[in-house]
Amino acid sequence: MLKVENLICGYEKKAILSDVSFQVDKGEFVGIIGPNGSGKTTLLRALSRIIEPSGGMISLYGKDMRQIHPKLLARSVSVVSQNISPENFTVEEFVSLGRLPYYGAFQFFGTKKDYQAVHAAMELTGVEALGERFLEKMSGGEKQLVFIARALAQEPELILLDEPTAHLDIAHQVNIMDLIRKLNRDFGLTVVMVLHDLNLAGEYCHKLLLVNNGSIHKIGQPREILNYRDIEEVYGTRVVVVENPVSGKPYVVLVPGECREEEQAQGHKKGGGN
Amino acid sequence: MDRKINRLVLVLSVLAAMLFCAAVFSLCVGSAGIPLKRVFQLFFEGRGSTEYNIVFDIRFPRILLGFAVGGALALAGVILQGVFRNPLVEPYTLGVSGGAALGASLNIVFKLYRSSVLTLPLFGFIGAFFIIIVLYLLNMRKGTIKLQWLLLNGVMISFISSSLIMLIMSLSRAEDMHGIIFWIMGSLDEPNWFIIKVTVVMSIALLAVSYLFCLDLNAFSLGEEEAMHLGVRTEKSKRMLFIAASLLTGLSVAVAGMIGFVGLVVPHFVKMLTGGDHRVLIPASFLSGGIFLIFCDTLARVVIAPMELPVGVITGILGGSFFVYALAKRRSV
Repeated sequence: MLKVENLICGYEKKAILSDVSFQVDKGEFVGIIGPNGSGKTTLLRALSRIIEPSGGMISLYGKDMRQIHPKLLARSVSVVSQNISPENFTVEEFVSLGRLPYYGAFQFFGTKKDYQAVHAAMELTGVEALGERFLEKMSGGEKQLVFIARALAQEPELILLDEPTAHLDIAHQVNIMDLIRKLNRDFGLTVVMVLHDLNLAGEYCHKLLLVNNGSIHKIGQPREILNYRDIEEVYGTRVVVVENPVSGKPYVVLVPGECREEEQAQGHKKGGGN
Repeated sequence: MDRKINRLVLVLSVLAAMLFCAAVFSLCVGSAGIPLKRVFQLFFEGRGSTEYNIVFDIRFPRILLGFAVGGALALAGVILQGVFRNPLVEPYTLGVSGGAALGASLNIVFKLYRSSVLTLPLFGFIGAFFIIIVLYLLNMRKGTIKLQWLLLNGVMISFISSSLIMLIMSLSRAEDMHGIIFWIMGSLDEPNWFIIKVTVVMSIALLAVSYLFCLDLNAFSLGEEEAMHLGVRTEKSKRMLFIAASLLTGLSVAVAGMIGFVGLVVPHFVKMLTGGDHRVLIPASFLSGGIFLIFCDTLARVVIAPMELPVGVITGILGGSFFVYALAKRRSV
């Protein structure tokens, strides 16, 4: 459904993404991973039309994204970005904003259908009971659920998420990722998300895009991407990839600098002994 | 149904009642106190008595103008605070008011007002309009408005115009200087019915235009990018809202001078009471601005009657202390 062809993108005159091409099929769960500054977030911002590509094309169902009316686009693609800090909003008011793309030109208030969509979204994400609370007084995990609820109120087919698990404790991380997996499986929602945590990416995504220096290093299933060669090449640090004993998915183990030195020292000794 | 509608109706009814009370209060008190009963009698008696003249030819026009100017300033404040997501922005921040003051000062120095009283607000409005165009051209490069640049440019233009006004004042004779100072201090004393009608009609028309963008403003309060994600055409909205807020500011400064504080304090206060939803906030701020200015103007008329205080003195002292009080109370809760 989403197709990116030879995308070139950047801020001012400096190109950050060059010649990026990939495709996302309906119902897929895609993770974008890569080191800091590799262009992950820029890619997501290009997909959500915040920055104009300077070359190439992004198309949705074969139609150039730039040609689609913003309101219509917002009905099929919703975005959960980082660092939103809404003030003076209750949860219900905030989630209701997700219905804006459905409002007519001179319509100022929601219809019954809008109300239902808002409450369905709040129920799905489990924030129904928090409806009257103010967002600024909620914890990070609750807020993230509310942000996702707003995106769901848009009734999208594709949801783009920018590090939805950032700054959350492990319980909330799993909670959020389980929720997104459920939406993907039960409602056929197509998911594209930027992730920092390689293990979450390996655990939940069908397909991973490993981005490095503004271009795609490799695309494939988690098993194909999360191996020590590719990860070490792109991230420039030693890792060991094992298997998660519970799920059987690849699990990336970090190697601290000290251990690395010890290993090298041992290697030298061995070498000297020979 | 959307529960917001009930909220809106409730808030607006309360404010309409308050507006009525403020207007009646303002009709009754003054250097010549006229009891409420008498005001109603006069309404049916019609023309003829001095009391009628005081109530309907002197006090009533001031109330209308206070309503329109107060509403316009508060509305401009709400719009700009919403677009910039900055609680310190107010109608006078963008320099449009400076342009109006500059236009009026030039008019006073060259004594153009002697030909017709209408030229004074006209010059004010031309000055304001000139600044709007300058700001628009400075910030419209590549078809997008960079809000931070717009704000900085506006503040700089503000400084430039106030320096130019000072230059004009230093070069002018004492009598003109007084004229300029009094004009800048602001007053709702406007004898010309035509100007009052134009101000009322235009401010209400701009209220209607701004209301079309109330949902866009709600989306803007999450940030520009979030608004884009929700399908808002941000560039178009920003442009229209900037123009509406500038026209509102230019209009009120051209007619009534620089009445301070209404555009800063009223939006904050209304936000504290009704929350951040612009569907309620926009009309509620307009009405509250009107009520606040009518009330302050009445006080300005009576405190040292038969002399008059500049209304800006009252709005500043009353608005400022009220606001500090509300903030302190809110924090202690």
